[in-house]
Parts: sequence; C-alpha cells; structure tokens
Amino acid sequence: METKYINKSGIEQWFNAIVSSGKRVFAPVNSRGQVDFKPVKKLSEVADEYIQTTQSIKASVYPKAEVLFSYEKVNGKVNLTDFDPESVAETVLWKVHPCDAAGFKPLSAIFNWDTADKLHNAHLVKTSVISFSCAAADESCFCTSVNGSPGNTAGSDIQLTMLPDGGAIAEILTFKGETLVALMPNVFEADKGEKKEKYLVDLPTRFNLEEVNAKLNKAFNSTVWKEQSERCLGCGACAFVCPTCACFDIQEDAHGSKGRRIRCWDACGFAMFTLHTSGHNPREHQSQRWRQRILHKFSYMPERLSVVGCTGCGRCSRACPVDMNILEHITSIAKQ
Amino acid sequence: MSSNTDFEPKIIAFVCNWCTYAGADLTGTSRLKYATNVKIVRFPCTGRIDFLLLLKSFAQGADGVIVSGCHPNDCHYTSGNFHARRRWIAFRSILDLMGVDIRRIQYSWVSAAEGSKWADLVNNTVADIRALGPYAEYQKVADYLEKEGYNEEA
Amino acid sequence: MKKLRDRAAELLSQGVVSLVIGYEEGTKRPRPLFCRNSEGAEKLIFDSHCFHNLAVYITKKELVGKERFAVTAPISTLRSIMQLYVENQLSEEKLLVITVDLSGELREFTTFDEIAAYVAQFELKRGEREQEILSKIEGMTREERWKFWMEEMSHCFKCYACRSACPLCYCSKCVVEVNRPQWINPWPAPLANMEWHINRAMHMVGRCTACGACGDACPVGIPVDLITRKMMEDLAPEFGYVPGQPAKQGNALSSWKLDDREQFIR
Repeated sequence: METKYINKSGIEQWFNAIVSSGKRVFAPVNSRGQVDFKPVKKLSEVADEYIQTTQSIKASVYPKAEVLFSYEKVNGKVNLTDFDPESVAETVLWKVHPCDAAGFKPLSAIFNWDTADKLHNAHLVKTSVISFSCAAADESCFCTSVNGSPGNTAGSDIQLTMLPDGGAIAEILTFKGETLVALMPNVFEADKGEKKEKYLVDLPTRFNLEEVNAKLNKAFNSTVWKEQSERCLGCGACAFVCPTCACFDIQEDAHGSKGRRIRCWDACGFAMFTLHTSGHNPREHQSQRWRQRILHKFSYMPERLSVVGCTGCGRCSRACPVDMNILEHITSIAKQ
Repeated sequence: MSSNTDFEPKIIAFVCNWCTYAGADLTGTSRLKYATNVKIVRFPCTGRIDFLLLLKSFAQGADGVIVSGCHPNDCHYTSGNFHARRRWIAFRSILDLMGVDIRRIQYSWVSAAEGSKWADLVNNTVADIRALGPYAEYQKVADYLEKEGYNEEA
Repeated sequence: MKKLRDRAAELLSQGVVSLVIGYEEGTKRPRPLFCRNSEGAEKLIFDSHCFHNLAVYITKKELVGKERFAVTAPISTLRSIMQLYVENQLSEEKLLVITVDLSGELREFTTFDEIAAYVAQFELKRGEREQEILSKIEGMTREERWKFWMEEMSHCFKCYACRSACPLCYCSKCVVEVNRPQWINPWPAPLANMEWHINRAMHMVGRCTACGACGDACPVGIPVDLITRKMMEDLAPEFGYVPGQPAKQGNALSSWKLDDREQFIR
C-alpha cells in the first residue's frame, strides 16, 4: 500500500490512459434523470453532483442475465459450449463508492461458499476498482453502522480522496491498482501528507451491529416482521439495486434442437421464489419473505460466511416505492 | 428500401380454421398461384390468437404477419372475430406508441369462398413487406443478450 | 387531519371497522399506514403529498382479512376503487371509503354509487410531467419512438414494481409466471422487457385509471405509466369510455360493438 498525490490534470491524463489501454471503463453517468454506471470514454461524461447511483455496481461481476452454456444437437450429437472466462473483457470501474466496493466481499462469499463460481470469479479477476471516498452522504446512508466508512478501502484497488484543489490523495492498495498506476506513473506525485479523514463526510453510527445480531437471533417468531412488512408490495426493487443480493434463477432459452441456459437475477421477496412444484410455498406470506431478507443479511451471512450482507449504501430505501426504509427497520429492531 | 430484389420476406399467417384456412385451401384447389413466402398457422378462431404470438413471430425472424379470419357476423363461434377486432385495435395502438412497425401486420377477413382474395392478400402483403425490407430493427434487439456486456446500450 | 384521526379512532374503537388503511409521515414522503387501534390512528395524515394508491392493498386477502375495513382515498385511489368494483373485486359491505374533499371536509362513502358520483366531478387531466414526456413522444417518428422505448427498456431489470404497485394487477398468477411454455423470457433483456410492458398495457386496456402508481414505483425511472396512459387516452373514444371513470359498459376487451373501427382490416 502506497499513498500518492495526483493533481487535477493528472487525473484526466491517467483516466485517458486507462481508456486508451483498451480496457472497458464504467463510471456513473447522469442520463434520463438518473445516475448509473455506464461505459464511458471521456472523463467529462462522468457524473459529478450525486449521492448515490440508482443501481449498485454488482452487475459488473454478476450480470443481470448471463449464459452459463449453450447447446446444439447436430446429427444426433450434442455440442456443448461452456462459458468461456476468456470472453470477459478487462474492466475498470471508476468512481465506485466504498459501500459498493465493500459489496464484492459478501457477493463473492455467496458465490464461492461451496463450489467456486466460474462466472462470477471470471468477472472478478478481470475487474479493477477505483473507488472515490465519500465527501457527502444522505439520510439513507449508514455504512458506518455495518463495518464500513466513507473512506473504507475494502474491495478497492485504488482509492481516491478528492481535494479542494481538484487533485486527489491516491491510495494504491493492490497489485491491480499498481498495474493501473503503471499506465501513467509520472502523474503520481509524492504524498503531500494531507490527512484523508479531513475530507470525508461525518456519518455517525446509527445502530450497533452486535446488538442487532443478538436481537435477530431471537426474533424469528417475532411479530415485528408482519408489522414492518404490511406495506411491502413484494416487488424486487430492493434486491435488484442491492450491491450484495445474489438470488438468481436458472432459465432455459430453448429453440428446437438448440438453446442456452441462462442465469438471471431473482429476488427472495418474490412470492414465486420459493414456490415448490407441488404448489406448497414455505415462504407463503410477504412477512416471511421480509424476514428472510433481513435475517439473511444480518444474521445468516455473518454466522455462516463471516461477512455482513449489507454495506449500508441505502439503495433499497431509496428505491422502495412504499418507503420500506431498512435503516429505520433495523434501528427499530435494535431498540426492541 | 424499394430495391430489395434478393430479399424474400418471411411471413407468418395466423388464420382461423373455419373461414380463412378453408379459403386458403380453396386457393390451392382452384390452382391459383400465389407467393410462397407465407407459413400458415391454423387456429380455431381469430379470437384465440394471442397478441403476443404476433410479436414472437417478429422475434423469431418474420418480416411480416398476416392475421385473418371470418368476416363480421360469419364467426363460427358467433363473436370471436368481434373480440379479435377489438383486441387488434388496442394492440395496434400500443404497438404504434412503442414504435413497432405496424405496417408489417396485415389484418384481413377472408371467407371460405374467397380463394382468390387469399391469393391477393398474400401477394399484396409480400409486395408491401418486400418494399419495407427485412425487419432487422426488431430482430437485432431479439438476440440482444448475447451481445450484452454490462449494461451496454444496443 | 384531526377530524380524520378522531374519526378513524372512533371507527376502530367502536368496532365498525377492524383496520384503517391510510397514510403516515414517511422518511421522504407520506407512506401507507395500517392502523388497527386508536393509537395507530394518531399517526394518520392526509394531504396533497399522499399519492400512493392504497387501492393496491384492498384486494390482498392476507392483509385485510374477513372483517370490514376502511381506506382513506384521494381521487386517484377512488378511481381505482371504482374500477375494482366494476370488476367485482370489492363489496360495499366490507369496505368503508373515506376521503377529504377540496374544502377539507371529511367524506365517507358507504356505497359505490356515491363514489361514482363524487369521482364524476373530477376530469382526468395530464399533469405537467405526463404532458412533457407525452408531447415529446407524440412528436417523434416511429423509428424515434422505437429507439426511445428500447433505450428505456434496456434499463428495466424486471423487479415488477410496476405490477406490484398497480391496484388493478390483482391476478394471483401473472402472465409472466406462466412457464409451460414460458411466454415471456424471465430474464431482463430489452425485447423481453418490452414484451412484458406491452402485455401489461394490453391487460390494462379499458381498465387503467391513470393513477401513475406504476411509473412512480419504477426504481429505474422508466415512464411505464405513460404507456397505459396514452393507450387509455387513445382508446377511450374508440371504446366509449371516459378516462378516469369506471367502465360500466363492461371490460373493453370482453365486449364489442358491431361498428368497431376496421379501416385497417383489408
């Protein structure tokens, strides 16, 4: 780990060098009134004034829909074409928030908990993360309550902290980060000794994670789930914008003697998600599905995968059509 | 787009069993020649033709679609074609809003006695679609997934 | 506000209803509230910012139970309630509808005829946002419309918030869940997304009351409500219904007229 300084024009030169190296660069772009990650070629395309992108960066390592393999029957013989890890392009994610970068760990923990997931890992290997520490937050943000912080470097290869002069403190954290720096090493100057913490937003802790965990361990049969989920409509908005939600569905796209098998996003909030062929549904009511969502993130994952399934990005609260505010709900559980 | 001489339009016809299918049969038994670009799918009634089938045809490579059944008041099930007509009015309105090329869907009434009308309908539709060219705009989107990287625009 | 709270508390404590569905202050804007006692009724609010369509909850059996319940309803919700009634989804005995009229007075409706008469006073007009986007779309060529919607559809990730938020999407099994065969591809891809939205619009023909709940719910900002809204505006004269008023002559797609338009039929 090395800390450097990079000035305003240096940032642009370096960005251009990354683009011209042939790597795909995704960055937050403001279009249609929303800020979301899109492929970019110029630094001027990158959005400036916003707190959070609508969607997380998870789709870069876990696409909305991806072909696992395809098949074709020719003259009685079946030709299988497996997913090719080499088909994944080298990707740089620019201006990722620390809460998004922190989402890679829980996501990978799920995808590798017993069998290593070839697809996810292929994306992960080819992806470099340049995060920007947060100088602003809104009322939905709570990273500091779930082991994160506005300057958290977990999951990042390089973290930039923007300075008033338009330059940045650059923390080069991994080998991948060094490789990116090597594309234009001369713009990285010696560290000026600026304290990063000075430029981070102050975000007080909103609840105690251990306390919540202890409460949740005894809450399976609590009435709180029904109370909280009454207004829940049962859509998948919260899960799809979440940086760590990993529920998926496997679907067949068959056309006569050929087809492909596709993995696509699904959500535990959908009534169909747990519906058995028999017609029985172990999570029949929305309250049970809401309980699953909360317990999975704050109890099952810490217990089984040693990582919290929430990074405090607050996207689910912002996306919810009926204001199912996760911070409010967790805080109220902690107070019970 | 009018000089698509090499282009042979693929056309799917959704027809009802009682009138248009019988009409198309009559075209054949009357030895009337007509364009071979059409593949006929027989339904019990136009009222049974799901609107989504029309879209599925385009997604699977059709350049044009014919939907045809009994003339008003001639429906074997009394009112199936009236219901179908309503559905088509609504469907056309929605497709037009979405920017789907509704000129590629030709609706018609062809009775069991109108063998020559069927031949004309197919010939005219083939000529129209030939002039419009392949419906690549739609098919390009149909196999989007394979080209999709992360959130890339088409 | 106080009148509403007092009345709700009264209804609950007297056992007239077992549940009042209304609005409470949310973290950013008012949100749905379910009150079962007078304590809960203290949180009730009702103002111009209350625009969630609460009619979405009144067909959910696990939520409303078997007893009589009340719902506070701004005009858009009243329209949906009327449409649900026309579709035989509600009964007068079970539902008490409360609104606050323009003069700020509390009004209770015990019959659907009263609601119909009240709703009839209000003309359904395009709001600023609808007007802006729709006039943009109306000015486009067909190719431009296709590009516009394809771009929008590329953002859809099939969370089905549009369906969940719609009071008229009350089917226990949705067409996208029919998987033998799978009608619409369940994964998000622009064409499958568009097929879904065309399907949704087709299922709303003559039914949509233009409350805008679907568009409001969309987390990625697709103006999905305008698909059904424009469809409704275009087809209303055709099928003889008035936008925003219950379709008393029967569902547009399960009825017909001898002289329905057919210039497009060769």
